[in-house]
Amino acid sequence: MFAACADPKAIDGLTWGLCYLTSAKHVDFYWSFLTVLLLLAITAPAALGMGFMGATAARSHIAPVSWLGKVYIWMVRGVPDIIFFLFFVIALDQAIEYLKNLAVCDGGVWPWQGLEFRVCPEAKVPLAKSSAFWHQAYGFMLAVVTFAIVFGAFVANVIFGAMQAVPRAQLETAEAYGMSRAQVFRRILVPQMWVYALPGLGNLWMILIKATPLLFLLGVKDIVYYARELGGSKTQAYEYPHGDWRLWYFLGLLVFYLVFTRVSEIGIGKLTARLSHGQATSGGEALRKAAA
Amino acid sequence: MKRLLLATALAALSGAAFAQDVVRLGTEGAYPPYNFINDAGEVAGFEREFGDELCKRADLSCEWVTNEWDSIIPNLQSGNYDVIIAGMSITDEREEVIDFSQGYLRPASSAYLAASADADLMSGPVAAQTATIQAAFVAENGMQVVEYATPEETVAAVKNGEAVAVLADKDYLVPIAAESGGALVLLEKQESIGDGVGLGFRDSDDALREKFDAAIKSMKCDGTLDAMITKAEYFGPDTDLDWGDAGKEGC
Repeated sequence: MFAACADPKAIDGLTWGLCYLTSAKHVDFYWSFLTVLLLLAITAPAALGMGFMGATAARSHIAPVSWLGKVYIWMVRGVPDIIFFLFFVIALDQAIEYLKNLAVCDGGVWPWQGLEFRVCPEAKVPLAKSSAFWHQAYGFMLAVVTFAIVFGAFVANVIFGAMQAVPRAQLETAEAYGMSRAQVFRRILVPQMWVYALPGLGNLWMILIKATPLLFLLGVKDIVYYARELGGSKTQAYEYPHGDWRLWYFLGLLVFYLVFTRVSEIGIGKLTARLSHGQATSGGEALRKAAA
Repeated sequence: MKRLLLATALAALSGAAFAQDVVRLGTEGAYPPYNFINDAGEVAGFEREFGDELCKRADLSCEWVTNEWDSIIPNLQSGNYDVIIAGMSITDEREEVIDFSQGYLRPASSAYLAASADADLMSGPVAAQTATIQAAFVAENGMQVVEYATPEETVAAVKNGEAVAVLADKDYLVPIAAESGGALVLLEKQESIGDGVGLGFRDSDDALREKFDAAIKSMKCDGTLDAMITKAEYFGPDTDLDWGDAGKEGC
């Protein structure tokens, strides 16, 4: 990056350290932190949306819709995350290519041939000739969808429980005012359930943060990939030879995750306090007493 | 109409592109001097230079992709890339699931790296990378094998005493032993395993394999392959260049 770094084997001490930490691979490492944050920023609302739909479906008065919601929650919650990640991503990728194969390949032959999955080159997603950026973006998108589905099921369960926890008396009062079922849902149930859902959602947020290293399984080069790759001992074949430094890199990740989860905890605590105002819960009661 | 819309949507998803054929080369990127990710974050090593030269001769434009070693064959089959170029030895087990090009490296001798020269290989587990010829060799020869996902971890296992030795390609271990300051030594015992190193292709990809085979042959014939292999930063001038059956006849 700097002119002084042109010949890394000739420098030492602080300059070496500075050059080492600004090598192109380290810059990739720093960007991968953004990848993780971006994943969280997209996945959290997506999972919340999936969860909300799942919970609403599960509570539905229409039997098939209710079954759909319940089966979704049950299936995803019942399968270990890692198996889901390994299976679902391949299945999703092949399903997308199979559909495109039907649309663009002549004849649209059955692509599962023995051990191989074979579609015509035009049906590859992304196309082989697309730039590396598109390949990475596609992998990232598969990861976001998978995370959203997995965490959406847990969110659905939390929201389903929270909706059941809203005092029946409040809903009855709304009905007595002549509100329709949809109005009760929109005006009372949804605003009131958040305070019950928040502890569970906060918990899931923490688990989601800690689950981001699963990205690595999906072939997205995340911070764990780079920590392992950079920390491994390097012989003279590399520009910056060093011993086994994985411990230090992983220590860095540990600090990152601890700081991130601590900040999240504080944020969730503040949100809980805000939502508890005036609620008929012990949290709301404590706030009332403190203010009085 | 629906199909057309779907196709348009998916085409948009896959990004803008040009018409030329692109071949994706899959490698591990963790096994110097065969292949590794250099400090610029790019694939480097013998196979990088070799692969680029092959693509030039076969008039293909190539993209490099890295993939974990233990899923490198399944991901070839599901079409994530078209060629495996990762120091992969040609074996009967692998021949059953993929096709190999002719060998571009002689069977490399495998060496044991241990904490001391008199380490007893029967006294404890011997480390090897998962799904390598070395892992199979250790298991078949009555030693207890302990497998790791990356070459790096196999060496770390010896350093921290989890394994008495690691069995891997000699060319990978020599610089590690040399730079360990005496903490790690190569045992005198060496093994010769495998039938040389080849490129891996899907069974159905004969046309592509033939293009690469022709390029390898031309590199063998005009001596560029020998010159590349014996470079000091790759395998050194002492490398065995006796090509045997898959060699230079017909040049």
